Amino acid sequence: MISFKTIPRSQMLEHAQRIFPDECCGFLFGTEQSDGTREVEKILEVDNSKSGDKRRRFEISPQNYLHAEKYAIEHDLLLLGIYHSHPGHPAIPSEHDRVAAQPYFSYIIVSVMQGKINHIRSWRLGEDSRFEEEKLTPIHFHQSIE
Amino acid sequence: MATVVIPTPLRKFTNQTAKLQISANTVGEVIDSLTRDFPDLKKHLLDEQGKVRSFINIFAGDEDIRDLQQEKTVVDEATIVSIVPAIAGGIQFKSSHHGN
Repeated sequence: MISFKTIPRSQMLEHAQRIFPDECCGFLFGTEQSDGTREVEKILEVDNSKSGDKRRRFEISPQNYLHAEKYAIEHDLLLLGIYHSHPGHPAIPSEHDRVAAQPYFSYIIVSVMQGKINHIRSWRLGEDSRFEEEKLTPIHFHQSIE
Repeated sequence: MATVVIPTPLRKFTNQTAKLQISANTVGEVIDSLTRDFPDLKKHLLDEQGKVRSFINIFAGDEDIRDLQQEKTVVDEATIVSIVPAIAGGIQFKSSHHGN
C-alpha cells in the first residue's frame, strides 16, 4: 500500500494539470515500513526529456535520475518510485511503461482528462515482469485532520 | 578496483548494499563480477545475449559507457561506475496488467 502526504500529492496533481496535454513526470520520495507500507513525503518534478511527442511519451534523463538518488540520500528518504501522467487516457500502464519498468519502484499514473484530474493509480512490477496494482490511499488522513 | 553504485530498485538483489568495491580492470569485468556475486541481479542488467539491457545505462564517472569503449571501458580505483535505469514510458492503447 502507498499513501501520500497532502503537500506532495497536491504538487503532483498540479504538475499533471499544468503540463497537460503533455505527459509530466517526476520522482517520489518517502518512507517504507517493515510491512511494506509506503508513504510519499516529497516529490521532485523533472523535465520530460523525450524528444518528439511529449503528449504520448515521457523520458527522464540519466543525469536527472542520478540527481534523484543523491537527493534521497541528502534528505534521508527512500527513492520510492516515479509518477507520470496519461493525458486523455486511463491510469493504466502501457507496454511502453512495462518494458522500462524497474522492480521495487511504485509507478503512480495520473489520468488527466480535458485538463482535469480523472484518476490516480499505483502499479508495481511483479516477479513475472507484469504490472500489478498497488493499493493507493489518496489522502493521508492524519495530514488532512491537522 | 572500482566503486559501483547500485540504484535503489536493484538493491534488493545486493542485500541492500548501495556501494560496492570490485576488483576489475574494465566495466565488463565489473559487470561479470557483480552478476557472479549477485546472480539475481543478472536478468535486470543483461539481456539474453549477455549484453547490457537497453533500459539500463552504465556510467563510468559522468559518461555513458556507450560514448566510451562500452564494456571495454577501463576502470581504476578512482572510477565510480553507476548503474542508471532508463526511466521512460507513455501512452499506448494496448495494456499489459493483471486484472481490471
